[in-house]
Amino acid sequence: MTDAATEPDKITGPTPDIALRAGDKTKSGPVLAADGTPLKRSLNRALRAQKLRALALIAPLLLFVLITFIAPIGDMLFRSVENQIVSNTMPRTTAALQDWDSNSGDLPPEEVFEAAFYDLFLASENKVHTRLGSRLNYEQSGMSSMFRRAGRGVGDIGDVYLDQFKDLDRDWDEALPWAELMGDPDWIAAQDAWSEADGPMPSFELRAGIAEVLPRTADAYETFARFMQDSNGDSPLEEEPWSMVHTALYQDLAAGDVAGYDGPRADMLRAADALVADPAFETISFRDGFEEIDEDWLSVENWRVIKLYSPDYTVGYFASAVDMEKTPDGIEVRPEDEQLYIRLFQRTLFMSLVITFSCILLGYPIAYLLSNLPSSKANLLMILVLLPFWTSLLVRTSAWKVMLQQQGVINDVLVWLGMVADDGRLVMINNQFGTIVAMTHILLPFMILPMYSVMSTIPQSYVRAAKSLGATNWTTFWRVYFPQSVPGIGAGSILVFILSIGYYITPEIVGGTSGIFISNRIAFHISSSLNWGLAAALGTILLVVVLVLYWAYDRIVGIDNVKLGG
Amino acid sequence: MSDAILTPIEKKPIGFTAGVLAAAGGFAGLFLGTAQGSGLMGIVIGAALMAALAVVAMQMLGEAMEKPVRWGLIALGVAAGFMYNAIPGLIMGGLFGWFFGWFIYWIGMGRYRVHLVPYLTPGQVLWHYTFRVICGAIFVFLITPILVIIPLSFNAQNFFTFTPEMLRFDPAGYSLQHYRDFLTNPEWTSAVKNSLLIAPVATLISVSLGTLAAIGLSQSHVPGKRAIMAILISPMIVPLIISATGMYFFYSKIGLVGTYWGIVLAHAVLGIPFVIITVTATLVGFDRSLTRAAANMGADPVTTFFKVQMPLILPGVISGGLFAFITSFDEVVVVLFLGSAELQTLPWQMFTGLREQISPTILAAATILVAISIGLLTSVELLRRRSERLRGMSPG
Repeated sequence: MTDAATEPDKITGPTPDIALRAGDKTKSGPVLAADGTPLKRSLNRALRAQKLRALALIAPLLLFVLITFIAPIGDMLFRSVENQIVSNTMPRTTAALQDWDSNSGDLPPEEVFEAAFYDLFLASENKVHTRLGSRLNYEQSGMSSMFRRAGRGVGDIGDVYLDQFKDLDRDWDEALPWAELMGDPDWIAAQDAWSEADGPMPSFELRAGIAEVLPRTADAYETFARFMQDSNGDSPLEEEPWSMVHTALYQDLAAGDVAGYDGPRADMLRAADALVADPAFETISFRDGFEEIDEDWLSVENWRVIKLYSPDYTVGYFASAVDMEKTPDGIEVRPEDEQLYIRLFQRTLFMSLVITFSCILLGYPIAYLLSNLPSSKANLLMILVLLPFWTSLLVRTSAWKVMLQQQGVINDVLVWLGMVADDGRLVMINNQFGTIVAMTHILLPFMILPMYSVMSTIPQSYVRAAKSLGATNWTTFWRVYFPQSVPGIGAGSILVFILSIGYYITPEIVGGTSGIFISNRIAFHISSSLNWGLAAALGTILLVVVLVLYWAYDRIVGIDNVKLGG
Repeated sequence: MSDAILTPIEKKPIGFTAGVLAAAGGFAGLFLGTAQGSGLMGIVIGAALMAALAVVAMQMLGEAMEKPVRWGLIALGVAAGFMYNAIPGLIMGGLFGWFFGWFIYWIGMGRYRVHLVPYLTPGQVLWHYTFRVICGAIFVFLITPILVIIPLSFNAQNFFTFTPEMLRFDPAGYSLQHYRDFLTNPEWTSAVKNSLLIAPVATLISVSLGTLAAIGLSQSHVPGKRAIMAILISPMIVPLIISATGMYFFYSKIGLVGTYWGIVLAHAVLGIPFVIITVTATLVGFDRSLTRAAANMGADPVTTFFKVQMPLILPGVISGGLFAFITSFDEVVVVLFLGSAELQTLPWQMFTGLREQISPTILAAATILVAISIGLLTSVELLRRRSERLRGMSPG
């Protein structure tokens, strides 16, 4: 059989032989793969393909977790320092406050009050001034009502000018004359022709040159017109301007000269200029206007707070979260009676430790018993551990409510046994005791399962060897068995501690006021007090604690060694 | 411990038996006595009674009469209990009679040593049983709260506690009204419906994405495996309140708060760690040569996955899915934050019910949930055994 096809030297396709021979020919050259490429490169390519395949399998989930979970956490971290509400709501004021020395003890200059007038006028039209008020109220109580009053009161300042201009000429309180004075003629024509069916309104445009003559008025009117168009969907041709525009007009007329103006409505404007020049024209300084609104606006302290919180980012929430406050003189500890969070953090840590410790105390004997019983019995008893583990958290919490309340099962039994008088029933719920008992019960399986998986790997022969060498029971346990079970205790403790430190549901239901955790406070700030920044800061601190523990758990146990259900 | 070793048992001296029984009787008498007003009297009477019974049973009647004596004690207990407190007394008395009948012979005949190695000292024997009693007490602590709510859910009154009628086993004290309420009240039925609409979809997402990723993670060369694993497990580690806070902020920006999909996505991500953990654990024992063999015989990767790999890891995937399901089905914090009035789930309903208006319908819901969790526990346990058998890790 000397068929050409089977003769090694006559086969033309790639065979392992070719590589071998090629290797033979160049003794010092690299080892080659079957297709003639160097083996190293070929292996590298295969490895890269394998890596890419693995990553392609992981990528969808990783992306999913990053978007639905990690991004929200990042958002929370961002919110704990974010503070754009002040500069967004009062942009002119924060800019004007830049030059004011908050330590001088003097009130801010008139320009600041002027800026505050325009900012607050706009904010109250947008109905956002109360939000800013409640934001600043977290830092200084009383500021909420100060802003609420200002929202109503800024109109009074503007009305001083509006009324006088109106008395001079009714047209000053009409929509069309204003639009002709300020608006671009083309825009007026377009706006006039506009109807609902045409889609969005033509955006307001200032008439060329008017901004040079009446800078403030042009600015104010443009803001007004855009607001009417965008927020209300009304035509500026039909809406009388706000008194803010009249105030700006007064300022422009008092500051500049309109004699050279000859555009539309020039007569009206000149008459107004003459009126303003008249000594009988009534004016009010912005400062006095604010004083009339609320005395608090003339408090240096409040202005210092506004200036302090005008930057876009703040550590103020974190300072509040650790019972400090940001003051112009730096960060200071809050007075004793306002301290809350440090104590709450301490209590959370303390109670988590107590819970962890009681779980060790109760879990160790059980894990020991289960790992030393024959497996048929152990499996049966394991059900008693796994059943609570699988039972809904709310079921277990309601069960403890049933057990612990004053008319509950435990008190009933104690009264029946005569150990407690009927009128002296024990208070076991809505306090720390209730939280600790219920949470120990809820978290106990998380302690038993890791302990059990460690203990069942400890060889019985070590214990027997120790005993046969003359050790007493206690010595055997303490010197031989216990050290080997420590990893199980460590794993279980970290798991239980991590879980308990962030618990919300159980403390909320059985904790009352003295048994609540930091999580309950976070939930309170999210849903009731709406101080989201503080909630985010508290959450960030809690998250850091948990992540440090998570890292420790990973180092000690390894996250891929977490076991569920034995 | 060691059934092979036969420890000879012998009758104990009567002094020992009577002493132990007197102590036990005294302990029981203490409780009965305090319930009647005088603890001391209870101790004395209990101790004397039990010591006397021990002497009679051991010395006069002996082991031959064991059966009649034990039945007699049960009858005695039943009769005394019935006279004292009708039906509940009858049951308690019967139990007492049964226990002490067994206990007399267990102690008196030295049977307690049967299962122990012969060389143990009395102290070690005592410790052995003390330890068992301690463990028993902890098991009671673990299981009682769950068992207690079951009878309470049949309460005829709107109370969270046992009524005298219930303790008398009076049929009038029991009713199914809370179950009726649970099944007919629209608040509860819509909550159940919402839970059943959300959990399966969330489970499907976490299982499909999670299984793929677990297979990817189990390959030998994955760059940054530790970091990826840490990210994927983090939804389980980060406290729920923090996840919920972050999701509330972030989802409100993209308009998912108060929507069905917002909750589904949140629940899916919370269930992912469980799927990853169970499926990677199953894949640890997976024999890679099987997929290679399939590929060798010309199967493409998709066929290999569905025909070879999937059937073998299916038990792990299903139990991961059950974990994910229960995570979503039992989750309340995220629902509290992201939910809306139309999206109230069963846990939400229970939570608000517990916090504001306590209605025992919660207990009916809880009992049903316990039944469900028993079912889930059983299936996970069976699946785990099946998976181990498939992978040849344990016989049978």
